[in-house]
Amino acid sequence: MKYLYYPGCSLESTAKEYDISVRALMGALGSELVELDDWTCCGASAADASSYLLSLVLPARNLALAARSAQDADFLVPCSACYLNLLRADDQMNRSARTANAVNQALGEEGLSYAGGIRIRHLLDVLANDTGPERIAAAVKRALSGLSVAPYYGCQVFRPYRIFDDPERPRSMDALIRATGADVFDWQMGSKCCGAGLMTTKKELALELVADILEAAKGADCIATVCPMCQMNLEISQKKICRMRGRDLAISVLYLPQLIGFALGLPESGLRLDLNMALTESFQARLLQVQPAVN
Amino acid sequence: MKTRARSEVDLPPEIAKNIAACIQCGSCTGSCGSSRKMDYTPRQLWRLVQSGMKEEIFNSGTFWLCSSCYLCTLRCPRGLPLTDTMAALKRAAMAQGWFKDKKSPFFYRAFLNTVRKYGRVREAEMMGRYFLALGDPGTPLSFTPLGVKLMVKGKIAPHIPSFGRQGKLDALYRKVKELEAAL
Repeated sequence: MKYLYYPGCSLESTAKEYDISVRALMGALGSELVELDDWTCCGASAADASSYLLSLVLPARNLALAARSAQDADFLVPCSACYLNLLRADDQMNRSARTANAVNQALGEEGLSYAGGIRIRHLLDVLANDTGPERIAAAVKRALSGLSVAPYYGCQVFRPYRIFDDPERPRSMDALIRATGADVFDWQMGSKCCGAGLMTTKKELALELVADILEAAKGADCIATVCPMCQMNLEISQKKICRMRGRDLAISVLYLPQLIGFALGLPESGLRLDLNMALTESFQARLLQVQPAVN
Repeated sequence: MKTRARSEVDLPPEIAKNIAACIQCGSCTGSCGSSRKMDYTPRQLWRLVQSGMKEEIFNSGTFWLCSSCYLCTLRCPRGLPLTDTMAALKRAAMAQGWFKDKKSPFFYRAFLNTVRKYGRVREAEMMGRYFLALGDPGTPLSFTPLGVKLMVKGKIAPHIPSFGRQGKLDALYRKVKELEAAL
């Protein structure tokens, strides 16, 4: 299957390993990714705090480029914040002709316009529903037996737009994790907020939010994420959080495609686990013990 | 950012309209991870909005602590656009220059200016712009360990800003401003 691919800014920098593992995994599963030419930032949460119109125009520019590319392919987005902003621009333009008109007048400056029709898909949606756990299970070369994985969904992949899972009790990652041979860690924090951009502007609060999540993950071997912001917030300040809460809360955090890719036997060049900020030594040793299946 | 006299400032009508049907049930507060650090809980803020108490609203830090997780929006039994209204309050405060803590507005501005110039986020320049605007040496220092970790991993590159160059999204930003002025 072919997808038009929108990496988003984080995947070019702080989340390089997400980009690399998405491309490697999708390739291994037989999908073709065509990167959207000349894509630009979706506006993240900054645009909405500054200008309503700009918060629609920035993502809509990419939707317009996607429409112009005339690829008959779904629009694949691995970042939950980009995903929400793209869905929101599409939705708001669809709801109000006046809004659509204003957005298109702005896009006109670049000779672009958007009339709807782009199918925006989150990576998790594609893995759970297009690829499916059966195909992953059939391709597993290094079963992650005995590994307990806490699925962390974050917020914006299901809220406010509930496209492919229940935002209160999401489970779309469960079958994918089980397909790798691992167990799903049972917890209630999978869709609680990591603080997102507050880690930059309201650090004290964001650290508390992350600390609650790490405490709840105690007992799991690792956390799997599907958003660059969640991943960075969960991994970057673990030492500080351990000091804050006075207990060892260090836990490995990796992107879902890294986890699945590892199980599929992808080489390190397609996983780049060396770029992760929080992989405990015991977890790395555990991965080394996983032997390729003989077949 | 320019500051207008507070007596001239009005609560944008969309904000009051969004909240008019709030029944003060408190589902928003109960769902909000940030409420632990808020001076007014979300429910209390919505009551202030219903009462038009703009002094209390804009002096409050509450809406700057919204991380846009949309849990309150999901659970609001009246189906009100609560997260969007938090964002509308941020916009109103930024437009009026009415905020006590400069961090959030200055960060959003640095973010958007970097995107205007390059079309994409450039972390090093964005944070540089942010620190420069804040003019407080403590904030950059608190980010140094993170910056070093990211550079060691090769995730962010030291970046020399190119002054005076035409911005990638200048035309788009200019048109948005023009259209907004006409609204």
